[in-house]
Amino acid sequence: MTQEIKVVRRVLAVNERMAEQNRRRFAEQGVFVLNVMSSPGSGKTTTLQKTIERLMPATRTAVIVGDVATTHDADRLAVTGAPVVQVNTDAFGGDCHLAAHVIEKAADDLDLDAVDLLIVENVGNLVCPAEFDIGEDARVVVLSVTEGEDKPVKYPTMFRLCDAALLNKIDLLPHLDYDKAKAIGYIRQVHPGMPIFELSARTGEGLGPWVDWLRARVEAKLNA
Amino acid sequence: MHEMGIAQQIIDIAAASIPAEMTGARVERVNLKIGRLSAVVPESLRFCFGIVSQDTPLAGAELAIEETPILARCKDCDTRWTIDEPVFTCTSCGGGRLEILSGRELDIVSIEVAEREP
Ligand SMILES: Nc1nc2c(ncn2[C@@H]2O[C@H](COP(=O)(O)OP(=O)(O)OP(=O)(O)O)[C@@H](O)[C@H]2O)c(=O)[nH]1
Ligand SMILES: [Mg+2]
Ligand SMILES: [Zn+2]
Repeated sequence: MTQEIKVVRRVLAVNERMAEQNRRRFAEQGVFVLNVMSSPGSGKTTTLQKTIERLMPATRTAVIVGDVATTHDADRLAVTGAPVVQVNTDAFGGDCHLAAHVIEKAADDLDLDAVDLLIVENVGNLVCPAEFDIGEDARVVVLSVTEGEDKPVKYPTMFRLCDAALLNKIDLLPHLDYDKAKAIGYIRQVHPGMPIFELSARTGEGLGPWVDWLRARVEAKLNA
Repeated sequence: MHEMGIAQQIIDIAAASIPAEMTGARVERVNLKIGRLSAVVPESLRFCFGIVSQDTPLAGAELAIEETPILARCKDCDTRWTIDEPVFTCTSCGGGRLEILSGRELDIVSIEVAEREP
């Protein structure tokens, strides 16, 4: 005899509840949380290094970095003087994204009262992190001109979810046959109206508008 | 491969949903709703579920996945339509201010439980 039992639950309800708890805590402590996502190697760490250099010390910034195995990214980010917590995702039974409970634990290692902006460098992956809310205030996706122009249409969930896109490594454009207009067209098609910042984390070109956008978002939350 | 973690969540929720009086029950089927805009690949999920469900009341259970379409509404002209291609602009006014009505589901709808043969 078979019996059907109604369940009707979000599969990720546990993560979603934890993310809401994080969000309340970050609001109480006056911290703006940015979730940074991209394919492996698009330039998250380099972009964040340069971004933090421009924000500090006026915007007190801390970083949580998810890395599958190494501490290389954490070491590079620590050079900026920002407190850095490294999360080795292997220890949490998955190496493709950071979940809300991982952020909660990592945040315990930071003095959040002395932080205005908490940046989370997620694991390099355009699929999995889109499914896991961590309690952030804004999400950005980094893509680089060394990747296919069609990344946005291949990963529409990620590009729709994000509040801004950073098109990185534009210093390499003269050496590539990358069709930048096509890539930007694809982003606009998937997420009309989303701000797109073209920049080079290496040379610093184009960083200004992005940093201004971020700073404005942080200040809007802190002054609310 | 976050499908492994998702399979584990499905098992946790389903196992906790088996009524206490049905001791020794076996789950034959899990009915899921997965939106086309969710970041889950049904084939990977089935594969992971097969591994993670071993030695649980869900071992051998079938995952019945209803893939739900992406339904959008234009905030400017109120047109409603189904998005099949990754183009998120209004089919009638060309605007880009959309409300996604469905397509991001990742839900357990029900489980079908069988009493073990005596
Ligand atoms: N030419 C050029 N290279 C860049 C730029 N930004 C980053 N890179 C290089 O690209 C490589 C990857 O950069 P990372 O910043 O480590 O990228 P990531 O996204 O943090 O990588 P993962 O954390 O491993 O996913 C490094 O060799 C960087 O030096 C840029 O603007 N221009
Ligand atoms: Mg990195
Ligand atoms: Zn319209």
